Amino acid sequence: MEPNQVDDSLFRPLSAERKQSDPIQRPSMSVWKETTINVLKNKMAVLGFSLLLLIIIFAIFGPKMVAFSPSAQSLTDTNLAPSSEHWFGTDDLGRDVWSRTWYGARVSLTIGLVAAAIDILLGVTIGGISGYMAGRGKTGDRVDGVLMRIVEILYGIPYLLVVILLMVIMEPGITSIIIALSVTGWVGMARIIRGQVLQLKSQEYVLAAEKLGTSHPKIIWRHLIPNTAGIIIVNLTFTIPQAIFAESFLSFLGLGVQAPFASWGTMANDSLGVILSGQWWRLFFPGFMISLTMFAFNAFGDGLQDALDPRARK
Amino acid sequence: MYIFKRLITMLVTIWVIASLTFFIMKIIPGDPFASDADVLPEEVLQNIRAKYNLDEPIPVQYALYMKDLATFDLGISIESESRTVNGIIWDGAPASALLGTQAMVIALVFGLLLGIVAALNHNKMLDYFSMFIAIVGISVPSFILAPLLINYFAVDWQLLPVASWGTWQHSILPSVALAATPLAVIARFMRSSMLEVMNQNYIKTADAKGLPTTKLVIRHGIRNAILPVVSFIGPLFVALITGTFVIEKIFAIPGIGRYFVDSIFNRDYPVIMGTTIFFSSILVLTLFLIDISYRFIDPRIKLTSGGD
Repeated sequence: MEPNQVDDSLFRPLSAERKQSDPIQRPSMSVWKETTINVLKNKMAVLGFSLLLLIIIFAIFGPKMVAFSPSAQSLTDTNLAPSSEHWFGTDDLGRDVWSRTWYGARVSLTIGLVAAAIDILLGVTIGGISGYMAGRGKTGDRVDGVLMRIVEILYGIPYLLVVILLMVIMEPGITSIIIALSVTGWVGMARIIRGQVLQLKSQEYVLAAEKLGTSHPKIIWRHLIPNTAGIIIVNLTFTIPQAIFAESFLSFLGLGVQAPFASWGTMANDSLGVILSGQWWRLFFPGFMISLTMFAFNAFGDGLQDALDPRARK
Repeated sequence: MYIFKRLITMLVTIWVIASLTFFIMKIIPGDPFASDADVLPEEVLQNIRAKYNLDEPIPVQYALYMKDLATFDLGISIESESRTVNGIIWDGAPASALLGTQAMVIALVFGLLLGIVAALNHNKMLDYFSMFIAIVGISVPSFILAPLLINYFAVDWQLLPVASWGTWQHSILPSVALAATPLAVIARFMRSSMLEVMNQNYIKTADAKGLPTTKLVIRHGIRNAILPVVSFIGPLFVALITGTFVIEKIFAIPGIGRYFVDSIFNRDYPVIMGTTIFFSSILVLTLFLIDISYRFIDPRIKLTSGGD
């Protein structure tokens, strides 16, 4: 017999009592079910999620709760302080701030959520592939090189030119803004995830998975990306407000949501002068809503991160 | 050899960015002389166009531009005819770079500190306090923070001067306004990453062996946790030192931030190209240095399959 050969006769079935030696402690459940239970146990996550839900409900029904349209001007009711009639007051053109705040929520939330989705779909995927392929033979280096050069090129081309180009091809408005943000918005996430994967892939569990024959996409998605969840969530809490503010900057330049329509960013931008003139409600309500949304995303994100990370469980 | 290859790639990348920008800029409608068209006779306009090669077909314009670019000649601004684009960049870059570097230092020092303190005091008062500051920093944009800072520190309390540029006191408020958001993001990245690292077995081992806490945090904690911050600050640093439109406008700083935006609206073609090439050169160089730095932070990282 060759020294390395193992004969079938060397194997024997386990005895009955040794089969029982490793009882399963917990009832088995799917990842989704387990995550949901863990998220529900986390008070901050529940608070964040409820707040987000509340903001979305008000964005849908808020403007209809008052008799004032978000764009209706009334030159006799300018700059009114919050009252029982105008709950959030009125602005310099006599428009109802409550109605505009919730109408603006639709625009700002849409832009923020689309930016987040693109960040995950494109940014995480491209960053993950790039980081994993780097240092994997000539082909791997080339994949990483090409993807990172694309990232550099998208960073390098002036963003405003791309926006104007899209406005020329399509109608100006929220769709063009969203597409413009999608073209370039994900590159920051890609660089950060690439850095994380570069560091993580030297871990033993990656080597083990690879030697056991796990496919490359599965290693990236099941082993590497879940370990970057914390960083992904932190980056998302930065991308979302950044996209909301990018829209307001474009509106400020005359390229964004056009008057009389509102977004939180444009409302905050239009009312900068009130810091000196004292109509605090015009800046406070859109500003507060942006902060509240960020807080809700952060609280939910942190809770989700704890729920997804098995090491953080008690 | 790796570095030499990367340098060639960097030049190609800058060339691709410049070419794409050139053609996008020519595709979008608009005319740098739109406002002169009513005042000046047609022959004069034609002569001015000829001066900037705008009467040639676009491929010829491209070839002529690339020929000048090869000798680092970025041309003359259309908007302010007496100034070369090289001159505009030379004059504005120092102020923008100084402001950006100061903001970067503030954001890094305080961001890292807040993040580390928060992680080491997980779910205690200091953690909640740091993350409260971070959320405020992220959700208050610089165009709101800057007027507030001016209102309190310069107008009400008369502590710091504004609306001019020259002494170091003038640069404090804009640097703080510029640093606020990056500071908050760095704090959050560092906290999240530190929390993960401080849970690892090697930290418990080092702690059990009796390593002093400062040494444990600095040598084992921070070094393993800092990578996401390093990835994040690369593009951030480039954006900060090449000038920011909003802050430079609010504080009347003679930087180059405004040229990135104004040139596009004025269709000042040579300035659009000049600022883009300036920005992307610094960008590709910085991202390259970040890639190199990965290896020093974590020697396990392998960027290429070659030796190095």
